[in-house]
Amino acid sequence: MSTQTSPKLVTTAAVPAGRGPRLGRFRDLTLVPVIVVLLVAGSFVDPIFLTPGNLTNVLQQQSALALVVLAEALILIAGKFDLSLESTVGMAPAVGVMLVIPAAAGGFGLELPGILAIPLCLLVGGLVGAFNGFLIMRFQLSAFIVTLAMMIVVHGLQLGLTQGKSLFELPESFLYLGSATWLGVPAAIWITGALFAAGITALGYFRAGRSLYAIGGNADAARAAGIRVERVVWTVFVIGGVIAALAGVLETGRLGGISANQGVGWIFMAFAAAVIGGVSMDGGKGTILGALTGVLVIGLVENILTLKGVPGEWKQLVYGSIILVALMISRLAGGKAQD
Amino acid sequence: MKSHDKASVTGGIPAVEARNIVKRFGPTTALNGAEISVTEGETHALVGRNGAGKSTLVSILTGLQRPDGGEVRFAGEPAPPLADRDAWRRRVACVYQKSTIIPTLTVAENLFLNRQTGRGPIRWRALRARARDLLEQYGVAVDADVMAGDLGVEQRQLLEIARALSFGARLIILDEPTAQLDGPAIQRLFERMRALCEQGVTMMFISHHLEEVYEICQSVSVFRDARHIVTAPVADLPHQELVDAMTGEATAAYDYRSRTVPASAAVVLAARGLTLDGRYRGVDLDVRAGEIVGLAGSGSSGKVGLAETLVGLRRADAGTVTIDGAEVRPGDVPATLAAGLGFVPQDRHREGFVPLLSIAENATMPIAGRLGRFGVVSPARRREHGARMIAELDIKTAGPDQPVGDLSGGNAQKVVLARALADDPKALVVINPTAGVDVKAKHALLGAVEDAAGRGAGAVLVSDELDDLRICDRVLVMFHGEVVRDVPRGWTDTELVSAMEGIDNR
Repeated sequence: MSTQTSPKLVTTAAVPAGRGPRLGRFRDLTLVPVIVVLLVAGSFVDPIFLTPGNLTNVLQQQSALALVVLAEALILIAGKFDLSLESTVGMAPAVGVMLVIPAAAGGFGLELPGILAIPLCLLVGGLVGAFNGFLIMRFQLSAFIVTLAMMIVVHGLQLGLTQGKSLFELPESFLYLGSATWLGVPAAIWITGALFAAGITALGYFRAGRSLYAIGGNADAARAAGIRVERVVWTVFVIGGVIAALAGVLETGRLGGISANQGVGWIFMAFAAAVIGGVSMDGGKGTILGALTGVLVIGLVENILTLKGVPGEWKQLVYGSIILVALMISRLAGGKAQD
Repeated sequence: MKSHDKASVTGGIPAVEARNIVKRFGPTTALNGAEISVTEGETHALVGRNGAGKSTLVSILTGLQRPDGGEVRFAGEPAPPLADRDAWRRRVACVYQKSTIIPTLTVAENLFLNRQTGRGPIRWRALRARARDLLEQYGVAVDADVMAGDLGVEQRQLLEIARALSFGARLIILDEPTAQLDGPAIQRLFERMRALCEQGVTMMFISHHLEEVYEICQSVSVFRDARHIVTAPVADLPHQELVDAMTGEATAAYDYRSRTVPASAAVVLAARGLTLDGRYRGVDLDVRAGEIVGLAGSGSSGKVGLAETLVGLRRADAGTVTIDGAEVRPGDVPATLAAGLGFVPQDRHREGFVPLLSIAENATMPIAGRLGRFGVVSPARRREHGARMIAELDIKTAGPDQPVGDLSGGNAQKVVLARALADDPKALVVINPTAGVDVKAKHALLGAVEDAAGRGAGAVLVSDELDDLRICDRVLVMFHGEVVRDVPRGWTDTELVSAMEGIDNR
């Protein structure tokens, strides 16, 4: 640029520069000390804990929840909210499967080719997300209330269609992703890992991903900068729905059937994982890597409780308390007030 | 009123021109056949009362909103389609009233928001380098790596200006850029604006402070009731005529009342040896019944901190506050209010009112206990009180049940003042009462403060506005946390400003 087109704003007045060393890039790793503590504590609780077999097991068990956390983190960063993801985890696979299995096994009787079950399931998840986006962006409704209602509606749909029964006679192709092993590691871990890697890359290095932060941080400013806010947020809701449906596929494959309660209660764990991982409920803040560390903390805690033989009735209490402690530790390590 | 032919002002093709713009929001017409024309290279002021349509015009001129009618032309060419944001940004840059900096992103990313890269992945190192170059090029001394949320108001604004200009626009709109800056920062902004002007950048400047218009602008357009009223060189439009054009009637300049406060009048608000680390030190203060004492100083002088201590919002490290002869517990707002103090906080949106509640409810908040028995608040008595306040302070509203959030800035501020006056306070602390309000509301607010003094209250008025301070019987000037001067009524602007800037204090 020549001097003609680049006017100087100031020559004299000195403006103080920013203060303190930069900690921003480490902020999403504040849970790492917590994970280290859990690993050490776990190894004292039970010698099995630190074996590759057990840790793989932890990862596989958490892969479906991790995908819901990924979906929720994307939506939270864009400044919105989705409670209905947990119902999609159960409903989308149920509907996908019912379109292909015979009526005798609990299907609709359409008996579409079995290979279509997974694509149909993802489509259903996407449609739920699209409908959420439609109500929130077009009707300007509160994301909290819309997705709360949708959480009930979607789960109710599953209960109604399946008459509250579990589905067991599923096509092999539908169970494959959740049960197969690739190169000695469960396929579910590969898939979840790949999607997290994609999420980290997209939100860290691509304009479309960065626009989520801009929208969540200040939607008006994002609009003024030429970001198509409505379109982007809508897309994020659809992606969130598809990822939740995929989480349902993995969970179905792991368990070999779809119970009427698949996914129920997950959303609170998903929120807890995302928030202790540094994703702000106000939007615009947090990273996918941070959310992943949140899932790991929750998975390790669950595993340690199981190994320790903590009675089921007490698990909830310990669980909630540990989330609170993790929050306090990440708050102290991160140094900034929680929001 | 004098009316000027536009042709006498403009010469050649205007940098931006809007013709016959109509914009409606539901039942309200924000702009009704409005027009404006800004000559290339000039600094053009746009003034008008709250609700005159200035902000709507800005969003239309910058392509954020589509007008229902009329057209916008840049340098004689029609404006680009609304969807093409980049084309708009190459023609016109804007520093909006509401910050468009995203606090959770770094300075570098804010500068290149939505253009971090052409295609493919973002190269962060390269982006930071580009950001540093840009900041250096515009002489903005801000670290490209810090979070924008950690910057001060002035730095954020510089960032906005640098970003706006980096698109290559030669026309920049500044919508109330001085509203949140203190004196020295405003002067630094004006220096930059003059430098830009010398380099041929066309600017449109919006402000409620008419003296700023005379200081920095060559010509001025006045809007009133959604219409363009007059455009003239500032030299041709003296202060009084400008105010008349804004209000649509001949408004007298504010009539400052004269008062004599007898030396025998009781001290209603006193401070002894007040100290708050990092804010102010060893402040003594005596406010007598019927007296208005001004507190002046730059943003870092500690005047707001001192006022907030008087009302109990802050707790002093040392010293005492006495209201109506009784010492109050430090840092305890309810105790201070109970002792007979009313106050108008600095930020009315944050501390002044509850936007969803009605005018009556907001105005009676401190006296709710006396509107009924046994903790019950009588709606009828609340309404009655609200209606009286509306009449007394001339609040423009549909009635006492209207939510305060729906009111314009000036009227909302009147509600805040009504709340402060609800209990007929012995002492009144008012912080920046006229920030962001128009001329008429300003007069009403200052009048209400003077009325309260007339009824025997002692008032402390903190303000960045010299005009406000003229109602004071004396002005205490603070500099770096200390009261350095006690200026009696009848001061001149230069005298007060030089004291505020720390020149010739001893």
